[in-house]
Amino acid sequence: MKEIVLIKLGEMVLKGLNRRTFEDVLIKNIKYRLRGLGQFEIKIAQSTITVIPQSDDIDLDDVCERIGEVFGIVTYSRACVCEKDFDDILEKAPVYTADALADAKTFKVESKRSDKRFPYKSPEISAQVGGRILSAFPRLKVDVKNPDVTVTVEVRDYAAYIRCQTMRGQGGMPVGTSGLATVLISGGIDSPVAAYMMAKRGLKLNAVHFESPPYTSERARLKVEKLLKQVSRYAGSIEMHTVPLTKIQETIRDRCPEELFTILLRRVMMKIASRIAESTGSGALITGESLGQVASQTMYALGCTDAAASKIVLRPLIGMDKQEIINISRRINTFETSIEPYEDCCTVFTPKHPRTKPVLRFVEKAEREAALDEMIEQAIADTAVKTITP
Amino acid sequence: MKTHYLDNSATTRVSDAAAEKALDMMKENYGNPSSLHKMGVRAELCVEEAREAIADALSAKAKNIVFTSGGTEANNTVLFGAAEALKRRGNRIIVSAVEHSSVYESAKRLSQLGYDVQYAPVGKDGVIDPNALEQLLTDKTILVSVMAVNNETGSVQPTELLAKHIKRRCPDAVFHVDAVQAFCKIPLKPVRWGVDFMTVSAHKIHGPKGVGAIFSRDGARLVPLLYGGEQQKKIRPGTESAPLIAAFGEAVNEADISANLTYIRELNAYAVEKLEAIKGVTFNSPEAALPYIINISVEGIKSETMLHHLEQNGVYVSSSSACAKGKRSYVLAAMGLSDDRIDSSVRISFSKHSTKEDIDALVDGIVSGIATLQRK
Repeated sequence: MKEIVLIKLGEMVLKGLNRRTFEDVLIKNIKYRLRGLGQFEIKIAQSTITVIPQSDDIDLDDVCERIGEVFGIVTYSRACVCEKDFDDILEKAPVYTADALADAKTFKVESKRSDKRFPYKSPEISAQVGGRILSAFPRLKVDVKNPDVTVTVEVRDYAAYIRCQTMRGQGGMPVGTSGLATVLISGGIDSPVAAYMMAKRGLKLNAVHFESPPYTSERARLKVEKLLKQVSRYAGSIEMHTVPLTKIQETIRDRCPEELFTILLRRVMMKIASRIAESTGSGALITGESLGQVASQTMYALGCTDAAASKIVLRPLIGMDKQEIINISRRINTFETSIEPYEDCCTVFTPKHPRTKPVLRFVEKAEREAALDEMIEQAIADTAVKTITP
Repeated sequence: MKTHYLDNSATTRVSDAAAEKALDMMKENYGNPSSLHKMGVRAELCVEEAREAIADALSAKAKNIVFTSGGTEANNTVLFGAAEALKRRGNRIIVSAVEHSSVYESAKRLSQLGYDVQYAPVGKDGVIDPNALEQLLTDKTILVSVMAVNNETGSVQPTELLAKHIKRRCPDAVFHVDAVQAFCKIPLKPVRWGVDFMTVSAHKIHGPKGVGAIFSRDGARLVPLLYGGEQQKKIRPGTESAPLIAAFGEAVNEADISANLTYIRELNAYAVEKLEAIKGVTFNSPEAALPYIINISVEGIKSETMLHHLEQNGVYVSSSSACAKGKRSYVLAAMGLSDDRIDSSVRISFSKHSTKEDIDALVDGIVSGIATLQRK
């Protein structure tokens, strides 16, 4: 029995004339994620995408797992393909649904007939298919209000489909339809979540990571690569820019007041990330900042960091509690990697009492005295680039 | 004399890639995976790559894989570890009557320790009847252990179906599948099947001896057998055997389940045809067995005698399980075979390196054996 995956699109069906572009990007993204699982034919009609495996040894569970990670999909389901012939539908229905109904006590059949040339109306389809299933499994009962399993029969333009279980997709918009943005990624819990959330809104990502050897270790960088790899399951391939920050951090330590260490460092990061964004054609920066979480994320501190960025800074976590962020990071499987205990460059030279209400004027003055410009240029020149794929 | 090695379920030749990897890990990349420095990181990366490879082969996540010193340690860890972890919930443990000795003997020991150990019977084909298993399931059942493929006969157990029965009747019991003979030979999906633990080994699939792995479902608890460092989330402390683990990863990456299975099926059909033609040969493997293993009995000739006779012709096979030298096979007994059949049983097992020529040599050996050895 031939089985396929049916995908229902997200809010992009609301788009106007550029809807076609959105659909094309989504199909391209689905193809990208299914690479390595086998050959597929992918078709779109009536705001439904059909993924048709081209050989029998393809594991549809693997296919579904990956489709469940692609943005722009509201729901998806496995379905059995029937000819648009009522006898074929009636014959296959009890066979295909047997597994799904094995543990069920009650079921109902729903029918959708988008091809109105099909000679039977929806209620009739439901009644007859339901009858066949009942006679195959006499222990089952029909319950139209609260069934254990809902069997759906859809008569569409290419074929008819029978499906039992609908799974929820990631929602959002296809990655790439909103442009490219640059995420500042540390290795903590927040930034991968921020990256995920903005990719969900259709942004393709590249990433900037700062490291300070020997204060930070190779393991810390590998941890970030692992996090980005996980994010790339949703966001597609990510170009990772690793910027060496040791010299700048040591200079700040030597030349600036201790309580401004963090804020000055954050400003340097913004400056470098803005430059990398500029050179890679990225339109925005993304950070995992959440208001008031730490000293550098007070409204006043964010004001000072923001002033150093030459791109808009997207902060999707700004109004979220830590627990809410952790919940998302667990759901997208970055949490366990994030909590691996390696020093990152933000925790090198942390001041004992960081300024929570820094004043931009004084911060800028300290920054001028530190004379970091040349070192910033050098750090950008020494940046290493690596592409991370799922 | 040419070697015709047909004892691949005992162990296999290590692949070149796996052997080279192990050598490189011993001579060049010899850091301790736990060391903080670069040498440690490099070794750790290889260990993690291998973990990823084994996880992929099981459609699971790398964090759910723990390396052990082999299949026996893996099975012991699961049986004793899960029994200990769940002892407050109940004390019944069910294993099949045809388990490998590393499960069977562990179960016996658990029985001595006070657990209520039950053995699920098998049919003539060596396969467990799910309904017979269900009869043994009680509210006190904490652990069920069933192998995926039998090492002596190649009988394939319906593990996916058994998982469903177990989870329906005893949602709190854990289900362990010893997949040593199945790994990289048939598709295994422990996560989807509802299997809590699955154990595998390297040396049956052209990896080195001395390394195996446990898959544990998220949240499935094991009390460790060993105590020491922080390695592998403390489930299996001790410096990881990076050379063997990395070689294991290579072997898994090289395994092509469907291509190999197609080839082995063809070999199996060829062998069965030839063996069937010999008078006095009966088949102990069921028809639906994994084609990698053929268990036969040669009328009137003791297994060991036949084994040594074949050996003289350069053909290497096994008399029941290699781990149970000289003991009568309880596996074949559980399938209801007569003592004569059991005492004359020989296991032939293939790998992707096996050829029709090997089978011809085997058949010649059996024919000449019957002519000279059979007690008239």
